[in-house]
Amino acid sequence: MRYETDVVVIGAGGGGMAAALSAYKSGADVILIEREEEAGGVLNQCIHNGFGLHYYKKDLTGPEFKETLQEELEKTNVRVLKGTFVLDVSRDKRITFVNSDGIHEIKTKALVMTTGARERHFNSLGIPGDRVSGIFTAGVAQKYINLQNLKPANSALIVGSGDIGLIMARRLHLEGIEVKGVVEILPYPGGLERNVQQCLRDYDIPLYLSHSVTRVEGKNRLSKVYVSQLDGTGNIIPNSEKVFEVDALITSVGLIPSVKPVEFVKTGPGFITSNTNQTTEDWIFAAGNCTVIFDLVDYVAREGEKAGKYAALYAKDEYISQEKITIKKGKNINIIHPSYIDPNQATKLYIRVSRVFQKAEITIEPLGIKIIEEEARPSEMVEIQIKPFKDNLCKEIEVSAHELG
Amino acid sequence: MNLVEYKKKKIICTNCPLGCKINLVYADADEVEIIEAQGNRCKRGLEFAKQEITDPLRVVVTSVRVEDGEIPMASVRSDKPVPLRLMEEIMGVIRQTKVSAPVKRGDIIIENVLNTGANIISTRTVNKK
Repeated sequence: MRYETDVVVIGAGGGGMAAALSAYKSGADVILIEREEEAGGVLNQCIHNGFGLHYYKKDLTGPEFKETLQEELEKTNVRVLKGTFVLDVSRDKRITFVNSDGIHEIKTKALVMTTGARERHFNSLGIPGDRVSGIFTAGVAQKYINLQNLKPANSALIVGSGDIGLIMARRLHLEGIEVKGVVEILPYPGGLERNVQQCLRDYDIPLYLSHSVTRVEGKNRLSKVYVSQLDGTGNIIPNSEKVFEVDALITSVGLIPSVKPVEFVKTGPGFITSNTNQTTEDWIFAAGNCTVIFDLVDYVAREGEKAGKYAALYAKDEYISQEKITIKKGKNINIIHPSYIDPNQATKLYIRVSRVFQKAEITIEPLGIKIIEEEARPSEMVEIQIKPFKDNLCKEIEVSAHELG
Repeated sequence: MNLVEYKKKKIICTNCPLGCKINLVYADADEVEIIEAQGNRCKRGLEFAKQEITDPLRVVVTSVRVEDGEIPMASVRSDKPVPLRLMEEIMGVIRQTKVSAPVKRGDIIIENVLNTGANIISTRTVNKK
């Protein structure tokens, strides 16, 4: 069967559902594609609360956030294809997918990529030792415990203090698995401060900052993890080795934007987009963790909403790509999103600083925007709004941060 | 007259993902009184801080076993925060609980858990297999 539509959205997580909804509300005919049997993406297994405080002004768990979006989606005539995998996106706006009905093609006018991210794996860390069972990414352990009623360990060490790592430390502890600690290579935690409090301090789980796993040991199953302390330059401090006897190592060492199967769009490593979520291929839009890794699903849903709207307008020839101003990373800026802005449209700028600041001043030049952030840190995104503006001479904007006082 | 000693504490507000760092100066006598608070970006932070130094509260989030469901677990939460000191005990009660599909979001799974005044409610839908 051949399909024809205005907007195709790939990936029905928080960003994709929001994108499909908003494209529909902007008057487009929409097809939403999901490879799993169920929509929701990672929200299904994120059973903790803290979602939706910005987007819905309510404290929701992941499944509640998802079902709220899904119920809105069910009121529309958006076609949702579940258990469907996209094989190819071609430059002539054709999308080939496969599901239990066979291989099909969609001719579309615009595409929104909301394909999320994948977890970085232990094997990419280059840690020596035995290759044993018992080493899981935090997301996999989370899926086992929260959705499949499986117990992946009796005792565990967690490497990486990103939010998923912290959440899983609490989750394992409350399920009766002994959590011997969380090991973080950097001198500060990778996750949100509130998660350090409510996941570690609440249950006296030790956090080893400036520590690194140096070796894993075991016969078939993991039995020992060796950890050493690092000095200020990242070198191992002699005789600082600790040995943890655990049968599981849970890794939370970063997320990698997933951009497959689109191959002809500029990435770095996620899709490079403008403030209107347009990629370097003007009919392809992208939002959420396949662009950069966001702190909150609230931001992802809001970005998805925006991508859906501009994709629908593009499909109707009501939004045409304008000349874009480049946003440049200045001093002390690690991540900046988006990479370009169309100055005729409003912008939400997301920034990660590159180190911890007591009091940071973030400047956007030549626009003369200055923002003060108390205790700015790489793990907490700073959000800045820029109004539409007219300045024909402005070709580049630079964002930088410096310590005040 | 006894002089009341002022204590200092840094509290991370867990009300929302902003995670305000609140620097507190408080008097810990018969009754806890906040003398000074800095860093909270809203007034919920102040209430949170006072609760935090007396009897910290947390929302319970976990999952409960479901029989005849399309998946074996339904995620659940407490419909309001419960004392952190009761967390392990509440987890024990939830672990002993089993429900039958279908489960709808918002269904009460355990009423007034351990007399805390909070219900354990389902946070997702699980259809019958």
